[in-house]
Amino acid sequence: MSEPLLRVKDLVKHFAIKGGVFSRQTDRVHAVDHVSFDIAAGETLGLVGESGCGKSTTGRCILRLIEPTAGEIWFEGRNVTALDRGALRALCRDMQIIFQDPFASLNPRMTVGAIISEALTIHKLAKSRREFTDRVVQLLETVGLDADHMRRYPHEFSGGQRQRIGIARALAVEPKLIVCDEPVSALDVSIQAQVINLLEDLQERFSLTYLFIAHDLSVVEHISTRVAVMYLGRVVEIASARNLYTSPRHPYTEALLSAVPIPDPEVKRQRIMLQGDVPNPIRPPSGCRFHTRCPIRKLPLCSQQIPELKEGPKGHWVACHLRS
Amino acid sequence: MGALLEIRGLKTHFATDDGMVQAVDGVDLIVDRGETLGVVGESGCGKTVTALSVLKLIAMPPGRIVEGQILWQGRDLVPLGGRDLDLIRSKEIAIVFQEPMTSLNPVYTVGEQIAEVLRRHEGLGRRAAREKTIEMLRLVQIPNAERRVGDYPHQFSGGMRQRVMIAMALSCSPQLLIADEPTTALDVTIQAQILELLQDLKSRLGMAVMLITHAMGVVAETAQRVVVMYAGKVVEEAPVRQLFARPLHPYTRGLIRSMPRIDRAATRKTRLEAIGGVVPSLLAPPPGCRFAPRCRFAAAICREAVPPLREIEGGHRVACALAETIPQ
Repeated sequence: MSEPLLRVKDLVKHFAIKGGVFSRQTDRVHAVDHVSFDIAAGETLGLVGESGCGKSTTGRCILRLIEPTAGEIWFEGRNVTALDRGALRALCRDMQIIFQDPFASLNPRMTVGAIISEALTIHKLAKSRREFTDRVVQLLETVGLDADHMRRYPHEFSGGQRQRIGIARALAVEPKLIVCDEPVSALDVSIQAQVINLLEDLQERFSLTYLFIAHDLSVVEHISTRVAVMYLGRVVEIASARNLYTSPRHPYTEALLSAVPIPDPEVKRQRIMLQGDVPNPIRPPSGCRFHTRCPIRKLPLCSQQIPELKEGPKGHWVACHLRS
Repeated sequence: MGALLEIRGLKTHFATDDGMVQAVDGVDLIVDRGETLGVVGESGCGKTVTALSVLKLIAMPPGRIVEGQILWQGRDLVPLGGRDLDLIRSKEIAIVFQEPMTSLNPVYTVGEQIAEVLRRHEGLGRRAAREKTIEMLRLVQIPNAERRVGDYPHQFSGGMRQRVMIAMALSCSPQLLIADEPTTALDVTIQAQILELLQDLKSRLGMAVMLITHAMGVVAETAQRVVVMYAGKVVEEAPVRQLFARPLHPYTRGLIRSMPRIDRAATRKTRLEAIGGVVPSLLAPPPGCRFAPRCRFAAAICREAVPPLREIEGGHRVACALAETIPQ
């Protein structure tokens, strides 16, 4: 196999919890715990899991918007985690991010034109004023907005349009990889499809690679080539989208998929009900982190040993003592 | 015997600096005894305002019920106020909101908050209220109810808080439970637990449920009948199977078809059928059919007159002038 575009190796992120008179570190949240995966150029890797599973933290660590505690991130053969500030800034041209909340991620005091062109200035991508404006207009049209939108402010736009502005901003520097962090979950159903279609079109047109982070399993299935499932900071399963959804191996993936309501009253499914809630990530369960809720667990094995991700047939990776 | 709840021609408008927002503009709907009615639509379609109007929980001003009747077992709630309204709000119709984080008071234990309802409305004494509270927490399957009754809301997870809200809503045995996006803030596995709980409680207690949601999947699994709203109006109403098998309004179809389907993972992927454009402003809604500007079948007639809700077949009503002619 050729070198992947992005390789995440044993990524760890702990957040310190401070307390007491001298605000010493009293505890830590194990947000991301030894996460590894590859993304090949041109593919979309979906990253799913419930809130607090560490999927967004993983995405942000890749761009070093959050500094990882340990582990390595390799982009096109370069170790991102070892770069200094200058080199990291240069790398920002290749890796961009689209955020979930189109209301909070755009500066309300900047015009749309200024928001989109900021990166052009920083990376010195336009030579003249003329070239500058042309590029902004071109970007607006690429994402389905009008040229005259560039003089307006974010509050004049709807949620879907703002998300388009966010996408145009990411595209401005012609990146290779875009981390899409819940890009459609704040949008209405009828607008979601517009944005998903746009992301797919752009991927084809500019040969983009996506890391698509979302909690909506149907959306992830639709857009992804491969999918990784996270639970309490760890990846429990990675496979091609089709394999993962048609023959899930990990009991958590099975339960997750069976919980998704299907918009068809004629479809009756067997639902695997998980008991209880996700445990506290400050003190995650020993062994397999899912063992406290797992319907097929075998004790004491599952509560003592952490299962490693192991590769099965057709590149289907599972971290389960009983299923791998 | 008449319907449990019948809303006739409800118009709830809000005064803003920019003008009147016609949030709910002529809504008719019925909830029968013991049924689950799903009310679906996107943000701003008026589904929540309709529900809040029933209990008159709209801030007035700026809101105002401009027109219409809300018949609760034949009695109009619109002119009602004071003690009469309180009685209905407490013992007959209950509501559960989307945000279990903000609908509980953080400085009282959950037990105190549920017991307050019981003491005030059921006239129970301190001890009886506490016992009944524990019983309610057990009913909504909160583990260790005797111990958790003394916990504060922040000690509960999102799913458990929603259970507390449901326990509180059901403590006076209402005949109708209005659930406004009860699972939207929750993770999918917790959503499954809460929906199952609601189904179970509904059949055990024999109450009716008005389930407000934007998720077609949730409606398909829980409702018997569905009302689809768009821009302050009801555009379609049908028994659940009929609605999904043969959606008549172009907007309903768009909603159903624009979402990727997880159960079709094995089939070849096709492009999603997006609905173009954006939801119109309710300050100055378009004349005629409010969906016309986004509808690919729209003809001249659609832009001229507001299409009335009319029955096409048994219980299946649609507000579209072209419902019979547009291809499935």
